[in-house]
Parts: sequence; structure tokens; C-alpha cells
Amino acid sequence: MINYLWLIPIVPLAGATVNGLAGKRMSKSAVSIIACGAAGISFVISLISFFSLLKLAPEQRHVLQVFFTWIASGDFVAKAEFLLDPLSSVMILVVTGVGFVIHVYSIGYMHAENGYYRFFSYMNLFLFSMLVLVLAGNFLLMFVGWEGVGLCSYLLIGYYFDRKSAGDAGKKAFIVNRIGDVGFILGIFLIFLTFNNLNFGEVFRQIATGSQRFPLEAGVGILTAISLLLFVGATGKSAQIPLYVWLPDAMEGPTPVSALIHAATMVTAGVYMVVRCSPIFSRAPLALDVIVIVGILTALMAATIGLVQTDIKRVLAYSTVSQLGYMFVAAGVGAFSAGIFHLMTHAFFKALLFLGAGSVIHAMSGEQDLMRMGALRKHTPITFWTMFIAALAISGIFPLAGFFSKDEILWSAWTRGHHFIWLVGFITAGMTAFYMFRLIFLAFCGESRRSKEADHHLHESPGSMTGPLVILGILSIVGGFVGLPVWMNFGPNKFFLFLEPSLAMTYRPEVHEATHIEELGFAFASILAAVIGIYIAYRMYIRRPKAANELANRFKYMHQFLFRKYYIDELYDFLFIKPAVRISTGFLWKKWDVGVIDNTVNGTGRMIEESGSLLKHVQNGLIRSYAAWIMLGTIAVLLYISFFRS
Amino acid sequence: MDLTHYLILSMLLFLTGAAGFIIKKNVISMFLCLELMLNAVNLAFVAFSKHLNQVNGQIIVFLVMVVAAVEAAVGLAIMIVLYRNRGTLSVDDADTMKW
Repeated sequence: MINYLWLIPIVPLAGATVNGLAGKRMSKSAVSIIACGAAGISFVISLISFFSLLKLAPEQRHVLQVFFTWIASGDFVAKAEFLLDPLSSVMILVVTGVGFVIHVYSIGYMHAENGYYRFFSYMNLFLFSMLVLVLAGNFLLMFVGWEGVGLCSYLLIGYYFDRKSAGDAGKKAFIVNRIGDVGFILGIFLIFLTFNNLNFGEVFRQIATGSQRFPLEAGVGILTAISLLLFVGATGKSAQIPLYVWLPDAMEGPTPVSALIHAATMVTAGVYMVVRCSPIFSRAPLALDVIVIVGILTALMAATIGLVQTDIKRVLAYSTVSQLGYMFVAAGVGAFSAGIFHLMTHAFFKALLFLGAGSVIHAMSGEQDLMRMGALRKHTPITFWTMFIAALAISGIFPLAGFFSKDEILWSAWTRGHHFIWLVGFITAGMTAFYMFRLIFLAFCGESRRSKEADHHLHESPGSMTGPLVILGILSIVGGFVGLPVWMNFGPNKFFLFLEPSLAMTYRPEVHEATHIEELGFAFASILAAVIGIYIAYRMYIRRPKAANELANRFKYMHQFLFRKYYIDELYDFLFIKPAVRISTGFLWKKWDVGVIDNTVNGTGRMIEESGSLLKHVQNGLIRSYAAWIMLGTIAVLLYISFFRS
Repeated sequence: MDLTHYLILSMLLFLTGAAGFIIKKNVISMFLCLELMLNAVNLAFVAFSKHLNQVNGQIIVFLVMVVAAVEAAVGLAIMIVLYRNRGTLSVDDADTMKW
């Protein structure tokens, strides 16, 4: 079955094509069956491929399948090839699994929307692109998937294209991603220049063992340059400082889109790419430091913004940015497996949180403001309990999924000597717990602040929506058990052991051995941070509901600063957008385009017209004058021949 | 009488025709000048034919005569139409085909 790897992305592509071309004339149920069926089949094949991979011996778990030569030009060869190894198998399981669940959820959530078929067609197209991205066996094919998911993200953010804000958000996401992509593709160029190859295996082998083109001792500088360029791409796709600004705005899209693309899968593509390229990154210490610093700053900054937001989806968006920061911290300190572990568990609980938020919005007839919710627990019990589980998971409460992965990241940061990073991550973990439970308490507990109209339609969501919530809820509980830490005495971490073959070429410095007691202490510390965060949220939003407002009033400027998101959007507007617009209108449009381009074109026309109106007088209609000209011409030719040609 | 004399006569006839064609306004006069030029050429052909003792030149003369006859037929028809429509035979009045 491992030979049918190409089916995994092709099936969603077929679904997208059928729905996109014929969906308009099909019934909604037919569209949903095709879309969900495609995602489901893809998931089943992924599962089978995963188990086939498990059957192989660990050192053989590197299945490269070449389908055809895509581009061949002189030295340059790019093949359409898929690589199935532990890393990509984890990714395809997460993408197709979570993707399938979210497809099912969308049936209920989108049932009343116009352009139902369009939505599912884009969703399937997204699955296709994402699967190409994670399965690609070389950088160029990965870039195809990379751009494909960007396109689908743009299309789905702008799904409600009749709303200006949605269109703007789509464009913003697309443009910001493009900036990152420039870095990524420059990185790919540099890789080709250096190694004369784009295949992952080939490039990494040259890096690990050296080659004629790439002698080992000359490597650090060029590897640092490649790493930094690739990381620019990752900051765009995975919403890190300074390119994170598009992700919160991307919440304009339908909620299942936020769950699938902007929480569980696409935004983690940057993390995946860094881990996939870990043989490069791990040999560029400077680049790793940059990643750690960017990651932790993003985690902290996004968490502080998340503390005060009132739009339920925005809180989750900033939470996503913050968690992505954690994943980069993991990659930056060299704990690549921990990053992928957190990527996976985060996909479960963050998708669940978004779907839960969607269910709440659905129940509230479109209301997204936390300040107009409250006391929803009785009306939407399934949504409440599943979201509660997800909130516990993301806060890092033992023994839910988030605990294991986040603890692994913080612990790796500490053992590799990044003590200050650990401290910031620790504080951020507390904030995470606080803003998550703030959301839960504001939406589901306390007094009702709902409007009359919202109350009127209040209902728990249909089975197609609560079913996915329950599935993801279970995954959020048990998802962490695949990677039980060493201190629990179940032997080495199974998940890390599984990923090991993918990191064979990665350079790993010695890590000082720590005692289990030490690690256990740190685990308790991170649980303590979460509990403190939850307790503060409980004090502020349940025990004394006025406390939040009082606090906001006392630290008015601070609150405003966070509420307006550090004024980063305004800063970018001032620094980049305004000057760009001014240069575009003032110079490029009014001077260059009107003055130079238009004048050149019009001037050419005018010149021909002028010279024509001079010459036209030859054409005077008098036969005798024509005869005279002919004669003169003949004489001139005869003279020329007799004097110059003989 | 050698070739030169014939050629000089031919040239004089041709120049007369060419000058007349440019100077005259009346279509019939211009037409006659045209015939004069054609026949000047004919004379040259015949002269060369005799001089080189080859028959080719004389054959071409017949060809030219045929063309001249055809041209006369078409030309006269045009002149008649021109006179009917404009009431004049002056070419300078027939100048509508211009910018």
C-alpha cells in the first residue's frame, strides 16, 4: 500500500475538481459526501501507509517515491517525488485526520451558507496542497505545496467576499505571506547553488558528510545564510514576529477554516519545514539563536495580547501565534522532536477550541463578542465540556495532551542551557492558562450578558458538529500518551524514538543528563504555573466579575496598549503601508506612469501622426506630378547604377 | 547609318514623349505622348535586333505593340467615362484621389 502514496493528495484534488466544476448543480448532500469522502479516503490511505512504515525496520523508514521528472534543464533536475518517513507520516496523519473531522463539522456549520460547494472545493484543494507540502521529497515540490496552501488560505479567508473586511484580511494574509516566501525561495536558490541539488536526502547527506562541492569546514557561514532565509519563509507562514500580523485578521474566514488552516495545519508548515531542514539548522548556531529569540518573543507578546481581547476567535488566534512561538523555541533549542510533538497535540486541542468557538458562535446566531455571552454551559453542554478539556490541555494540566508536549519544550530549553528562555516560557504558560480560562468563564459561566435575539435561537449544535468536538476532545486527552516522558518510567519517549530516523542527519550536541527527580520538579512547576493562571482567571471572572474592569481601569494605558495589540498594525501602517501608498501614487502613478510610460506611448503615436501629415502632401492626386516623381526616381536609380555599381 | 543614330533618334522621341506627358494637361495629348514613348522604345529594340543580328528584339516589339493596342482600348474607354462625368478632359481636375 505504501506504493500508493500519490493517492493521498490526489484524492482530495479530485474532490476539489468535481465540487469546483460541478458542485453548483449538485445537491448539498452530494457535495458534502464528495468532500468528506475524499478527506476520509485520504485519511484511510494515510493510516495504511503509516502502518506499512511501522512494519519496516527503523533505519529503512525513508521511502522515496519518484513519479516522473518534473523539470530537467542542464544540471538542474527537479523530480515529482514523495518522501514518506516518520516525520511526514506524522504530518499526513494530523492533516488528513484533523482535516477529515473538520470537513464533517463543516457540513453542520456551513449548511445555511451560499457557495457551499465553493467552500468544500477550496477545503479539499487545501488538503491537496498541504499534503504535497508535507510529502514533497525536494525543496521545489515543497514550495509548490507551500504556495498552494497560501492560495487556499487567501481564498478561504476571503470566503465572505461581499464583506470588505474579509477581502482585506485575505489580501493582507496573501501579501504578508509573499514577503516570507521571498525569503524561502531565496533560501532554495542558495541551497541549489551550494549543493547543486534540491532533494532532501541528497542535500542533507552532503551537509552531514561533506562533498566536493561542499567541504565541511567551509560550511557554517553558508548554512547560516540558508537557515535564516528559510526561517524568513517560516515566520511568514507560521505567523512569527515580525510577520504574524495576518493571522488574527484571518479570523474573518469561516470558523472551520480558522480551525483547519489557521490553527491545526497550514500555520504549522513553518515548524515542519524547520524540522525537515534540521540538518541545516542544527549546524547554524546563530540561526538557531535567532529562532529561539523570535519564538519566545512571539509566544510572550501574543499571549499578552490574548489576555485582553474580547472577540472569541481573536483570543484563539493570538493563542495560536503564541503556541507556534513555543514550537519554534523547541526547534531553536535543538529539540526538533518536541516541536513536532507540540505541533501534533496543538493541532488536536486548538482545532477543538476553534470548532468549539464555532459551535458557540453558531448557537449565538453569529455573536463573537465574549462580553455578550455568559452562562452558556446549560444550553450547550457538549460544547462546554469539550472546550473545557481543550482549555485544560492547552494550559498544560496533567495528564492531557498539552502537558506532555509543552513540558517537553520547556524542559528541553532548560537542559540546553537556555534558562532565561525557560523562565519566559514558564510565565507565558501561566498567561496561556489565564486567557484560556478567561474565555471559558466569560462564555460559559457567570451571569448571562446575552441579547434577547441571541437567546431566542439558543441551541446546542447538531450531531455533525458535536461529533467532531467529541472526537477531538478524546484526542486532546489521550494525544499526549504517545510521547510519555522518560521520568514516568515507561522507557524512552516513544514518539521521539519514532521520529529518530528523520533526524538521522541532524547535528546534536551532547545534552547534560538530568535526574528524573529534577525533570519531575520542572513538570510540577509548569503545572503550578497553569494552576495559578486558572485560579487568577477564576478569581477575576467568577468570584468577583467586576475585578477585571477595575483592573483595566487602574492600568488604563497598559490595558489599552495590549487591547490595541501593541499598536503594531498602526506601526506597520505608518512605516510600510503609508509610504508605499504615497510612493505609489505620488511617484509611480502620477510621475512615472503618467509622465514617462503614458507619454512614451502617446508620443510614439503623435510622432507618427506628425511625420505623416508632413509626408501626406506628396499624395496630391495630380497624375502629372506622380509621373514626374516616377521619372525622377528612374533617373536617380539609373544614375546610381551607372556611377556606383559598375 | 550605324546603331548610334538610331539610338539618338529613339532617345529624342522618348524625351519628347516624357516631356509632353508631364507638361500637357489634356488626357488625349498625354495619351499620344505615352504612345510616342512606347514607339521610341520599339525603335531601340529594332535597332538592337538588327545590330546584333538577333530576332528577339523584333519579337518583343510585337509584344509592345499588342500592349499598346490594349492600352489604347482601355485608355480611350476611361477618357470617355471621364468626359461624361466631368465634362472636361483636363487631368488636373481629376484629383479627388488624394489625402
